[in-house]
Amino acid sequence: MTRTATGERDTVLRLDGITKIFGALVANDAISLTLHRGEILGLLGENGAGKTTLMNILFGHYVADSGTIAVEGRPLPPGDPAASLAAGIGMVHQHFTLAENLTVLDNIVLGTESLWRLSSRRDAARSRIRKLGEDYGLAVDPDVTVASLSVGERQRVEILKALYRDARILILDEPTAVLTPQESAALFETLKRFVASGLSIIFISHKLGEVLAACNRVTILRGGKLVADHDVAGVTRAELAELMVGRPIPEAKSEPRAPGAAVLRLGRLSAARGLLSLRDVDLEIRQGEVVGIAGVAGNGQSLLADVISGMQQPSHGRLELNGATLHAVTPRAMVASGVARIPEDRHAEGLIGDMTITENVVSETYRSPALSRFGLIDWRKARTRAEDIISAYEVKCPSPDVPVRLLSGGNMQKLILGRVMAEGPKLVLANQPTRGLDVGAVSYVHARLLEARSKGAAILLLSEDLDELLSLSDRIAVIYRGRLSPLRERRETTIADLGLLMAGHGFAGGEDSHAA
Amino acid sequence: MRLEPRQSRPLLLVFLLPALALLTAGVICALLVMLSGASPFQVFGLMIKGALGSQFAFLETLTRATPLIFTGLAVAVAFRAKLWNIGAEAQLYIGAVMTVVLGTGLLPLPWPALIPVLMFSAALGGALVLAVPTFLKTRFGVDEVVTTLLLNFIVLLFVSMLLEGPLKDPMGLGWPQSKKVVADAQLPKLVQGKRLHAGFVIAILAAMLVWVFDRRAALGYEMRAVGYNSKAAAFAGIPVNPVLAKTALLSGGLAGLAGWSEVSGLKGNLTLDLSPGFGYTGIVVAMLALLHPLGVVVAAIFVAAVFVGADAMSRSAGVPSYIAHVMVALSLLCMVTAIMFTRYRVRWT
Repeated sequence: MTRTATGERDTVLRLDGITKIFGALVANDAISLTLHRGEILGLLGENGAGKTTLMNILFGHYVADSGTIAVEGRPLPPGDPAASLAAGIGMVHQHFTLAENLTVLDNIVLGTESLWRLSSRRDAARSRIRKLGEDYGLAVDPDVTVASLSVGERQRVEILKALYRDARILILDEPTAVLTPQESAALFETLKRFVASGLSIIFISHKLGEVLAACNRVTILRGGKLVADHDVAGVTRAELAELMVGRPIPEAKSEPRAPGAAVLRLGRLSAARGLLSLRDVDLEIRQGEVVGIAGVAGNGQSLLADVISGMQQPSHGRLELNGATLHAVTPRAMVASGVARIPEDRHAEGLIGDMTITENVVSETYRSPALSRFGLIDWRKARTRAEDIISAYEVKCPSPDVPVRLLSGGNMQKLILGRVMAEGPKLVLANQPTRGLDVGAVSYVHARLLEARSKGAAILLLSEDLDELLSLSDRIAVIYRGRLSPLRERRETTIADLGLLMAGHGFAGGEDSHAA
Repeated sequence: MRLEPRQSRPLLLVFLLPALALLTAGVICALLVMLSGASPFQVFGLMIKGALGSQFAFLETLTRATPLIFTGLAVAVAFRAKLWNIGAEAQLYIGAVMTVVLGTGLLPLPWPALIPVLMFSAALGGALVLAVPTFLKTRFGVDEVVTTLLLNFIVLLFVSMLLEGPLKDPMGLGWPQSKKVVADAQLPKLVQGKRLHAGFVIAILAAMLVWVFDRRAALGYEMRAVGYNSKAAAFAGIPVNPVLAKTALLSGGLAGLAGWSEVSGLKGNLTLDLSPGFGYTGIVVAMLALLHPLGVVVAAIFVAAVFVGADAMSRSAGVPSYIAHVMVALSLLCMVTAIMFTRYRVRWT
């Protein structure tokens, strides 16, 4: 590490009194911070705390209302992304900005060459990308199209794009939101190599564990203000959480409870879609228990969730709900059987962004006699229902008549919870229910899931967050290449056990068959 | 110069910007008029007088707006569900064909029975024309933009064949035209001795019905949900393909009514120049109206006024009536730009 305990550290970036106001909202309130050479600075804050606005100002997408930025002592002209790039600031966005139909090479070179050149120096670029990849452990074949890459590989391309432009300061916006725990760990190793070679990094996140694992120093934003600036040494998760949210966060606790009759029973169920498949899945979930499904992303979780939410018809096997075999597996049949479905992707599947809160609240039930007669919807009743859900589920919004896309991620998830859980479901399918949410919203979702459990609902929780699975589940199974392991009691399970299962040990035809 | 998304949309802006858009379109047109050597004030004056300046002119504008309301509604309904119906022209002609097939003496009914039967048949004909591309889209993923567009030409040739063959009027002196519909099939004129007919009233009623349907009916809600986000609609249990099929029937039916209204209300018979592109202009009308059913009425009257006014103007001022096309196109471009400014603000740096 270039960082020493005593010596003066070079300041590579200094923000001084940055203020940005949108209408009535003060997104950034006189924020000052410094970044030293060879340092990973964690920028922590809930959704809406002002992290993204601050970084957009730094990168020249927005112009600050007041305040100055200096890179290596030189002032940075405001509102000019080209100047920020030239000053060596590289940004890796949470939502990738790659052209999927172009190759890795084209994506990286795009925009770096003069428009007046007739030929592009592809060979030179290719060897430079290879060298950067080898130096930093970011190997990606420059000649494959981006469409064929995994999410983790796409992120490497984004980082290479910044490095190719000689970035000295790298900003990573929620880089682990799309990664599995394994991929995140690999990313942290890469970041350590970067700072060892003299780069400086701003790591934006709202996941406390990651900030503690990856960063040297952490800066916390809350409501647009900078509320803390700490070395990570000697700081605990709980302290960070409290600084970030502004109040103590209750940890979700799952009280032991005797399970009742079986609600959902899958018998040798198989399904296939494209390259994904489920094979002979057996599963039983009883009233008043949480069954967690662990697994590395892409092993069939989404297909399993699609079958239970009615989006995918199984090819073989039996699906029993409340003791009755279901033949037509459709979303309506599932809703009618009392299944509360929390989808993996709020924006794509859960809500219709351009429709109002009221319209979204009734999207599963608008045909019910309570809400419509003779094919006409009673919007007054629908609006009342929306108001009930808004107050019962603490959805922050100006009125039920605003489009859902204006809500934050956490409030969107609360709205979905309200829509599906308000009627006392028999089974709750929670597919990645806390992905991308901030600490406060995560604890809210957990509390609501446990509340449903205590009212006797059966809960199927699919998550890539092992901590979440272990703290909420009563029984856990692992999914690997479309097969499901037998369920085991949470108390008899450790992270190490799950890790082995997730890598395929213990599955027929998995890793262990070579060893045994 | 950069665009920043707006956090809120001030109401004043939402009303001011479209007005500004039309003004801008007018200014650009004025430059073109000057280029052709005429005075813009004189030309616009003549246009306004020609479109609205007398009872005759105003009724003529409303007459021209009638088919545009129907085709504009057809397009608006379909576009809301993201069913890209570019084939209102074909649906209009099939609606007209149904009207002359059944309305020229085949059904010996009195007018209170005959007119509803003709309306229903014309709507059914138009609906079926759009149902085919929609089936191909939902079943095989065939792009409906291509199929509905190309069907326009196929249907026009088919109508041409009918008019040279089975539908040709034996008393028509050899012209490719159908027989006149019987008196019981004809719509009454709204003003004695003028061309404006009851089809206009029915068009307004249709717009109001579509509006109520869109706001209140479960199917209207389903159509909007499918249009905004078909994946989320499917997840919530809305049957996407059946909703698209019903959208197609409604949209095609409305376009079919345009054909019926032109034949029964105005022309009396079917010729190949029944529609000077009402189906295509319907797209412009729907877009200018931001796909709002009541907005369609206003936009259709505006577009009709531009065309009628330009016709009258070109007779006396010598500026080609093509200026109408330029003006409508510019209005659309300016309107689209104005909509963008209601969502984004410009930052000068």
